[in-house]
Amino acid sequence: MAGPLLEVDGLVKRFGGFTALNGVTLRVRAGERLGLIGPNGSGKTTLINCVSGVLRADAGRIVFDGADVTALPPHRRTRLGIARSFQIPKPFASMTVLDNLGIPLEYAGHARASQGTASVAEILREIGLEAKAHLQPAGLTQIEMRKLELARAMAARPKLLISDEAMAGLSHAEVDDILAILFRLNAQGITIIMIEHIMRAVMRFSERIVVLDAGERIAEGTPDEIVRNPAVEKAYLGE
Amino acid sequence: MARMGRALLVGGAVIAAGILFASLKLNPYVYFAGYVILQYVVIATAWNILGGYGGYVNFGTPAFFAMGAYTAVFLILSLRPPLFVLIVAGGLVAALLGLGIGYLTLRLRGVFFSIATLALSVVLQTIIVNWEFVGGSRGLSVIRPSEPPFGSYVKFLFAVMVALAVLSVLAARFIEQSWIGRGLAALRDNEEAAECMGVPTLRLKLFATTVSGFLLGVAGAPFPYYVTFIEPNSAFALDYAVNALAMPMIGGTTSWVGPVLGAVLLGSAQQVAIVTISSEMNLFIVGVVLVAFVVLAPEGILGLLRRLRGH
Amino acid sequence: MFSWELLANAVVAGLLLGGFYAAVSLGIGLIFGLLDIANIAQPAFLVAGAYGSFVLNEAWGVDPIVTGVLLTPVFYLIGAGVYRVYYGSFERRGEESLRGLVFFFGLLFIIEVSLSLKYGVDYRLVQAEYIGRSIEVAGVGVAFRLLIPAVIGVAMTAALYLFLGRTFYGRAIMAVSQDQAALRLMGADPVKIKTIAFGIGIAAASLAGALLITITPVVPSSDREYIGRMFAITVLGGMGSIGGTLVAGVILGVSESLMATFFGPSWAPAVSFGILLLVLAVRPAGLFGR
Repeated sequence: MAGPLLEVDGLVKRFGGFTALNGVTLRVRAGERLGLIGPNGSGKTTLINCVSGVLRADAGRIVFDGADVTALPPHRRTRLGIARSFQIPKPFASMTVLDNLGIPLEYAGHARASQGTASVAEILREIGLEAKAHLQPAGLTQIEMRKLELARAMAARPKLLISDEAMAGLSHAEVDDILAILFRLNAQGITIIMIEHIMRAVMRFSERIVVLDAGERIAEGTPDEIVRNPAVEKAYLGE
Repeated sequence: MARMGRALLVGGAVIAAGILFASLKLNPYVYFAGYVILQYVVIATAWNILGGYGGYVNFGTPAFFAMGAYTAVFLILSLRPPLFVLIVAGGLVAALLGLGIGYLTLRLRGVFFSIATLALSVVLQTIIVNWEFVGGSRGLSVIRPSEPPFGSYVKFLFAVMVALAVLSVLAARFIEQSWIGRGLAALRDNEEAAECMGVPTLRLKLFATTVSGFLLGVAGAPFPYYVTFIEPNSAFALDYAVNALAMPMIGGTTSWVGPVLGAVLLGSAQQVAIVTISSEMNLFIVGVVLVAFVVLAPEGILGLLRRLRGH
Repeated sequence: MFSWELLANAVVAGLLLGGFYAAVSLGIGLIFGLLDIANIAQPAFLVAGAYGSFVLNEAWGVDPIVTGVLLTPVFYLIGAGVYRVYYGSFERRGEESLRGLVFFFGLLFIIEVSLSLKYGVDYRLVQAEYIGRSIEVAGVGVAFRLLIPAVIGVAMTAALYLFLGRTFYGRAIMAVSQDQAALRLMGADPVKIKTIAFGIGIAAASLAGALLITITPVVPSSDREYIGRMFAITVLGGMGSIGGTLVAGVILGVSESLMATFFGPSWAPAVSFGILLLVLAVRPAGLFGR
């Protein structure tokens, strides 16, 4: 794969008078582990909403795996290989965990060549939700809901997985649990963008980190570089 | 596929039973009432394909029903084709209506679709009232074809409606158990998540709206022959609007069984009530029952049964 | 056949009607536009208010506008009660969409049928000395029964606008539509604020009902004509914009008046429906929407 897997060029998104993304540019290599951080309101979720297609950008281009997806609806992008989890879990409440995974598998996963785990049962085992396969989401704990979110994204057999604050509010051990899953997925060849506030997780996981503030990319580099970057410190602590 | 084969067999058996029933010499009222109940099986099933499976509420059932009826009237007056053609034509016109409204509003939030369907009936009724060819506000007499099977046209329509009811239930069941039904359930539960999981939500919604509209039109197409005097107030009757909601809600919206259950129960109750109390009182009670169910037992009778059995 | 006088009369009537339509839509503008609750029963409350006015007017000869004002507290309480049921049954459980809509439809239905059972299907109207009188303004006849409701409609719009912008509860209502967390920090309970807003919305509908029956006789099924109008105006004006309601009301009023004058009055529902679909297709945010 010659070029980057994901190219975001000059993305602009406005909500009325408020500019959430002001010309953000980003490149993600295939197989990379990218961390996306920034203070609250910096535009991280807006960015991935634009990348996944939930929001239509006002200006800019998004190219995925060589194809311009800027105008495509989300379901087409998922079929091409972009999958995401939601910050606030959005499970299909009337279905069992098993059926929840069945949807992305049927609608997106089967259409694509095998990448990573091959069946719902394997995904459930991988993520540790086997025992709960026949429960409805209402019967899951907080961390299990987060795992379900990730499992659903996995069932779409993505090339790119975007994890949106999957670890917020979890205990130390639970964070490690999720981190291990993400590492394993990456080892299978899935490119991962991780949005997180839990710095320890981001630092350990990311090969490269991009920092957003007020809709703009203010820094980019390895975890060590980012930690030492004064602009980043200023963004988080304010002036 | 064995399940499908068995369903078809059962369906065929029901149709055969219906034909047998129609050839009996029972009190004609039985066939009049039976026709209405079966008609509601079609209507409730049709409504539920979009409302129960997909979560998009159509308040404009009278519009689609009347579209089927008045398409039939138009054709009866101009070409006098056989009943089968009337039914298909009525269904197609109503399907187009569904597709049109869907195309205009389904890209927005679900609530706008519902509001549009609510206003739709009023507008369509206005158009029909102003259309002299099909009788306008005064109405029109419709002559039934001569020499009907079973000796009486109502008995014939009864048998036809049995067939339509079976076909619509089979269609609903097929959709429910297919990938389309699963996709609709996903978008009903959480449309944004479904879209991001690869479900083509807009296409599925348009499909459901079109099929639902088609079946509603099919239910309405034989109506002119049934009533023999067609006028807007009865074709666009409020009964259709509230019953199309109440029957699936009472029966249960997540499976094809619910609308059938609701149509048979509520439909029969109304047939009894109409002879004992005024039709307005009847509607009032249906309205109260609807609100009671949606507040207290939103999953309908099926849901209550499930809860009693399982937990 | 066309004449400038006909046109002028149609436009003036339309403008006045617009003021009235703004009054009709204020309640739903508040409830749907700001609180995002699709209360499709609103037109039924409008007609119920009209019947309330009829009852008081017929029994004690009270001026219809006065009856409207007198009944506002009653309808406010009814509105508050309805919201509580809605909140407890649906909003709290996060199941507003399908079931909430069906709930309101059931309510719409029950109210219309109840009115029908109690008062029959005859047209009802009110008596007041200014109904039937008119004045001449620059060669155009202006009927009092249109003028007074229009003036009150504009006044209601202004009053609501000021209430939302200048009072504590008004601003709390604006806040609850945008950021519930901030509202809690302010020390206000979102449920209480929404109850108040819903109550005001229903009260506004009942007052508009008194205006309605001043303008024209009503029957229980009159609510159906207003479904399209209310939502067309709210959507055209823009969700959350009170001033937009007035502008949209006038646009609808003039369009309907012109349509009625030159093509016949029975096409009125088509105008509002057409505007609704057009706005939804072209610019769902409306003229002044967020």
